Amino acid sequence: MAMQAGTEAHQRMLDVVEAMKHQDGALLPILHGIQDEFGYVPAESVPVIADALNLSRADVHGVITFYHDYRSAPAGRHVLKICRAEACQAMGGEAMAERAEDLLGIKFHQTAADNSVTLEPTYCLGLCACAPAAQLDGQLIGRLDEERLREIVSEVRL
Amino acid sequence: MSLKIYVPRDSAALALGADKVAKAIAGEAAKRGSEITIVRNGSRGMTWLEPMVEVETPAGRVAYGPVKPADVASLFEADFINGNSHSLWLGDPEAIPFFARQQRLTFARCGLTDPLSLEDYEAHGGLSGLRKALELAPIEIVKQVTESGLRGRGGAGFPTGIKWQTVHDAKATNKYIVCNADEGDSGTFADRMIMEGDPFVLIEGMAIAGIATGATKGYIYIRSEYPEAIKIMREAVAIAQRAGLLGWNVLGSPNMFDMEVRVGAGAYVCGEETALLNSLEGKRGVVRAKPPLPAIEGLFGKPTVINNVISLASVPIILDKGAAFYKDFGIGRSRGTMPLQIAGNVKHAGLFEAAFGMTLGEIVNEIGGGTATGRPVKAVQVGGPLGAYFPESLFDTPFDYEAFAAKGGLIGHAGIVVFDDTADMLNQARFAMEFCAIESCGKCTPCRIGSTRGVETIDKIRAGIEPEKNLALVTDLCNTMKFGSLCALGGFTPYPVMSAITHFPEDFAPVPMREAAE
Ligand SMILES: Cc1cc2nc3c(=O)[nH]c(=O)nc-3n(C[C@H](O)[C@H](O)[C@H](O)COP(=O)(O)O)c2cc1C
Ligand code: SF4
Ligand code: FES
Repeated sequence: MAMQAGTEAHQRMLDVVEAMKHQDGALLPILHGIQDEFGYVPAESVPVIADALNLSRADVHGVITFYHDYRSAPAGRHVLKICRAEACQAMGGEAMAERAEDLLGIKFHQTAADNSVTLEPTYCLGLCACAPAAQLDGQLIGRLDEERLREIVSEVRL
Repeated sequence: MSLKIYVPRDSAALALGADKVAKAIAGEAAKRGSEITIVRNGSRGMTWLEPMVEVETPAGRVAYGPVKPADVASLFEADFINGNSHSLWLGDPEAIPFFARQQRLTFARCGLTDPLSLEDYEAHGGLSGLRKALELAPIEIVKQVTESGLRGRGGAGFPTGIKWQTVHDAKATNKYIVCNADEGDSGTFADRMIMEGDPFVLIEGMAIAGIATGATKGYIYIRSEYPEAIKIMREAVAIAQRAGLLGWNVLGSPNMFDMEVRVGAGAYVCGEETALLNSLEGKRGVVRAKPPLPAIEGLFGKPTVINNVISLASVPIILDKGAAFYKDFGIGRSRGTMPLQIAGNVKHAGLFEAAFGMTLGEIVNEIGGGTATGRPVKAVQVGGPLGAYFPESLFDTPFDYEAFAAKGGLIGHAGIVVFDDTADMLNQARFAMEFCAIESCGKCTPCRIGSTRGVETIDKIRAGIEPEKNLALVTDLCNTMKFGSLCALGGFTPYPVMSAITHFPEDFAPVPMREAAE
């Protein structure tokens, strides 16, 4: 995405930063705002945020890389998260995780070649009483099974 | 008044299709010309019955579940809106044995009321704790909390009243109340359920904490994995502000207290209180050395109460019914009730609030009904990813902070994850090390490097490479981590690892023996 000064995207970035910079501890809310807007945190946003908050670029970069949520590049059109924590393990979650890799033809932390989906692990969605659990974009999924997994795979390829 | 039908909006119910059920009910009602109002309530915590739909009849609430969209037409056909019989009929939800056996104090309203109706909240006893607190001197509020025996529900079990006392006594221009809603422990969902099912009780608890300690601003730090809880809490805070429950004059009193919701960014370690404070300040979520205690120098360097969601949500009932009432529940030094989260491979999974003191065996077998797969129970992990694995031989351990510590475990945030006999405990020990490696904040070498070494060494045991030597190495590593880590992530990872090794040695035997045993 072109993010040079003067572009429309750059302006949107400035707007997000401007709207959020006045609160205490503004950095995480700003980064969430940028990621909500663009789907990732573009490298071009680092100097802008650093400037607005009076931080060094290294500080901002350090925070971005510390947290699992912030992406440095856009994800696929869909994001499928599968819980790999203990309660889901106890209900066959690991087998489901492997099936997801097989059916999608990608490994965790990868995006399909057609850009349809990114597969990510998550460690507990708070759905441990209806394990195994997953999340497709905003949608929560309990008692994930082979059938549901196949539905998801055809859904994301549409 | 039209007839009320309750369809939960709790995340677990949604994950099992509650939105589709609500839509099907609305559609079918419109088709039949039945006048109904759908209320999106919280969950009663009987997750195996979700989506559990309730109808309000003159004789009380009648439940049906688990309901699928395809069941809706037949429910109408059976006249369920008048509570009539159907194959999914469950009767009075509060008479279901799993529910009837509980002592619901903190979760009294969860599933009963409309989570975003302040009127409903008040009609069911809400705000009376805060109203009573407003008539007391701040130090008297602190005293009530201390006398109730309430200990932190986030894991460490530190007495809540003593923490509040320190902040009360601190002199500062600003003080903060921070609610730890990071709930990263696998097998736990009590914080999520109360935020989604009864958000005002948390707001009320935080307001009481503010008035007691002289703090005027609160933050609720919710993990990003909880989108529904974030949405509901934000709406609830806005409603509370409009109603004057939050703001310059809390309920018309001279006390100011306001709050906002902040969202985490996917880091387990940010549940650790000082890492959480760094994160709220916009920094990397690394753990701070203590002292200074957050109660003296916390958020932005100011005196800060940081408490778990359930600790704060338990305060209103303590103020309302009195310290003695709350303290009357429980055993030993574990007073009051605990929302047990029964999860994993278990037949009756869900949330069960009970006084401390039930044994682990009662919880897993009687309440939980044994495994979901019907196979024998092999191990139960209590207290999240840093909690120990308990074998059946320790099922007589009562649910109590000290009793679990005495058996080499912890109750943590009361997540109880059941595994059947297909579990491979070497795998579970490996995962504990792997999780620590993924989530380490990087500050201490034993945690950052030791955990990665732990994974490699366990892999060698699995491969049959010098198993005895490597098992001794894992034990050594665990000792180093236990004593050389700044926080419980590195310090407690040895619990799941060592308990797996100690109680299930056969799973760590060299491969030929493992195969021979099968
Ligand atoms: C690695 C780690 C993760 C933690 N995660 C949480 C958490 O998700 N929620 C929580 O309330 N406490 C968590 N704690 C405990 C907090 O540090 C702290 O004890 C707690 O917020 C205090 O509140 P309480 O006294 O009400 O329990 C965690 C601790 C550690 C070491
Ligand atoms: S034990 Fe691990 S998570 Fe805790 S402070 Fe040390 S490095 Fe960070
Ligand atoms: S462990 Fe998978 S949802 Fe909690």
